[in-house]
Amino acid sequence: MDDRTQLKLPGDLAMWIFIYAELLVFGIFFLGYAFTRAYHVELFNNGQATLNKELGALNTFVLITGSYCVVRAVAAIRQDHVNTCVHWLGAALFSGLIFLIVKVFEYKDKFAAGYDLDTNTFFMFYFSLTFFHFMHVILGMIILGFMLVKTRRGGYSALDHFGLESGASYWHMVDLVWVVLFPLLYVMK
Amino acid sequence: MQYKSQSVAKPYFIAAIGLFIGQILFGLVMGLQYVWGDFLFPAIPFNVARMVHTNLLIVWLLFGFMGAAYYLIPEEAERELESPALAMLMFWIFLVAGALTVLGYLLVPYAGLAKLTFNSLLPTMGREFLEQPTITKIGIVIVALSFLYNVGMTVLKGRKTVVNLVLMTGLVGLAVMFLFSFYNPDNLVKDKFYWWWVVHLWVEGVWELILGAILAYVLIKTTGVDREVVEKWLYVIIAMTLITGIIGTGHHYFWIGTPEYWQWFGSVFSALEPIPFFMMTVFAFNMVNKRRREHPNKAAVLWALGTGVMAFLGAGVWGFLHTLAPVNYYTHGTQITAAHAHMSFYGAYVMIVLTIISYAMPLLRGRAAANSNKAQVVEMWSFWLMTISIVFLTLFLTAAGILQVYLQRVADVPLPFMVVQDKIVLFYWLREIAGLVFFIGLMIYVWSFFVKGEETKTA
Repeated sequence: MDDRTQLKLPGDLAMWIFIYAELLVFGIFFLGYAFTRAYHVELFNNGQATLNKELGALNTFVLITGSYCVVRAVAAIRQDHVNTCVHWLGAALFSGLIFLIVKVFEYKDKFAAGYDLDTNTFFMFYFSLTFFHFMHVILGMIILGFMLVKTRRGGYSALDHFGLESGASYWHMVDLVWVVLFPLLYVMK
Repeated sequence: MQYKSQSVAKPYFIAAIGLFIGQILFGLVMGLQYVWGDFLFPAIPFNVARMVHTNLLIVWLLFGFMGAAYYLIPEEAERELESPALAMLMFWIFLVAGALTVLGYLLVPYAGLAKLTFNSLLPTMGREFLEQPTITKIGIVIVALSFLYNVGMTVLKGRKTVVNLVLMTGLVGLAVMFLFSFYNPDNLVKDKFYWWWVVHLWVEGVWELILGAILAYVLIKTTGVDREVVEKWLYVIIAMTLITGIIGTGHHYFWIGTPEYWQWFGSVFSALEPIPFFMMTVFAFNMVNKRRREHPNKAAVLWALGTGVMAFLGAGVWGFLHTLAPVNYYTHGTQITAAHAHMSFYGAYVMIVLTIISYAMPLLRGRAAANSNKAQVVEMWSFWLMTISIVFLTLFLTAAGILQVYLQRVADVPLPFMVVQDKIVLFYWLREIAGLVFFIGLMIYVWSFFVKGEETKTA
């Protein structure tokens, strides 16, 4: 393999357009959050104080672990290790599941405490941003699941794993968004 | 034409063009009524002219979409249409029901029409764009179901391509969203909320899938570019359409009594709605640049490229202009909206229907590939006349809108609505002139079908 093939885009260009579109939507929301926060510092600080940073940090760890698993899965298929690839994909899928469970607990807490989309601007951002992300985790898991089945059936190999790279890139995007979202919503004051 | 049953598309296309002429005539009447208040009063009051203008537009576009589906689905599925007879029956039912409805609008006072059609049994009338009597709405559902059965079975039994699957998704979505026109709650907020599920999710949702599929089909046929490439574009475009368009419905929920978060959702998502339209433009030009053949139907290619550009300008740019909540706070319901409506409907949906007609009609009329050069030149003249006049019409309405917003809502001493209307009358006159030029363009378009001449050889 020479250097030029090393530099090629992992996965399909169409997937990358999709990923950038997703990042654009989140990016605009992040900017909206930042500007609105500047106008209502106290309201946002009070809101942030109610959030469970530990669970947020746990979920960050879980998603980064998931991304690591996906990296290992792609590395495995490049060596034609189909079974290893399936295992790593399964592990990534499991990390997504853990994330969702933790998040549901967090939501339950918030709803029990009487917070919802309408409470105030901070919670509007909190619920919409985390929920949009939540939906992306689900979509990412569907993609991972689809790839797992296809890998198992021998659909990918060292020579042909273009689709796997596309899906892996999407999963990294889901992770990346959370890595920005967590400090922005939970930590930064 | 590869399959005999594709020929059922022909009457649909002819009816579409006929109703298009009617739509523009009523548009001209209304345009004149803006500046000459009692023109044709009491025979055709403004509200009736407006109802006919908008309803005819929707109906003729539906005729166009159905014609497009009947033409391209057999070819994509590689088999004859499930039932050409059913398609013809539905054509006549739809045409007669449409004609009776319009006659009802024109001849009977609206309240009388409601009574005559037993609206009280299931009240659905009286809402903008959904003015049709309940019985007409039921007729539309029957026609839509038979149509979906007909094309659906053809696809199911035949070859499944991305083009016909996207088209089917759009058409099914169109039928499903229309069902919300039967939901008419007393609560005005809820009424408006679901009303947009028909209106917005049609034009900024499922119709865009139909547009994308037809455009992709015509580009595959005229450029000879690999289906795989076209399909990939189509996937990305419809994904973007749905991501931005569905939650983008929120840009109609700013001031109707819905929770405040809609101002954020609506602004952010709808601000991205221009992206799929921009991608469509890039897509169309890209495919034509990479073409592997010179298709003799130059007019169809022109319409296809025009659709990309004008849809992006009209729907994308002019939509973005007033989609952010802080801007819309001032522009809501002014001539800015009218400007956007005219260029987006023309650029996206009128032009895509004319694209498929331009591509398919010569084949339906037994030509080998395209009309004579002479006929195509006439058709291209009509393209430029209609397109340029709609651009001017839009610019005049935009100017009127900006003045209106300023004088009525922003100025230190805001003026009453009617006073402002008097002050922007010049732009209404200019708009009417642009409308007349558009009508001339349309007449030339019709004329192009009757221009004879030597057929261009297939390349």
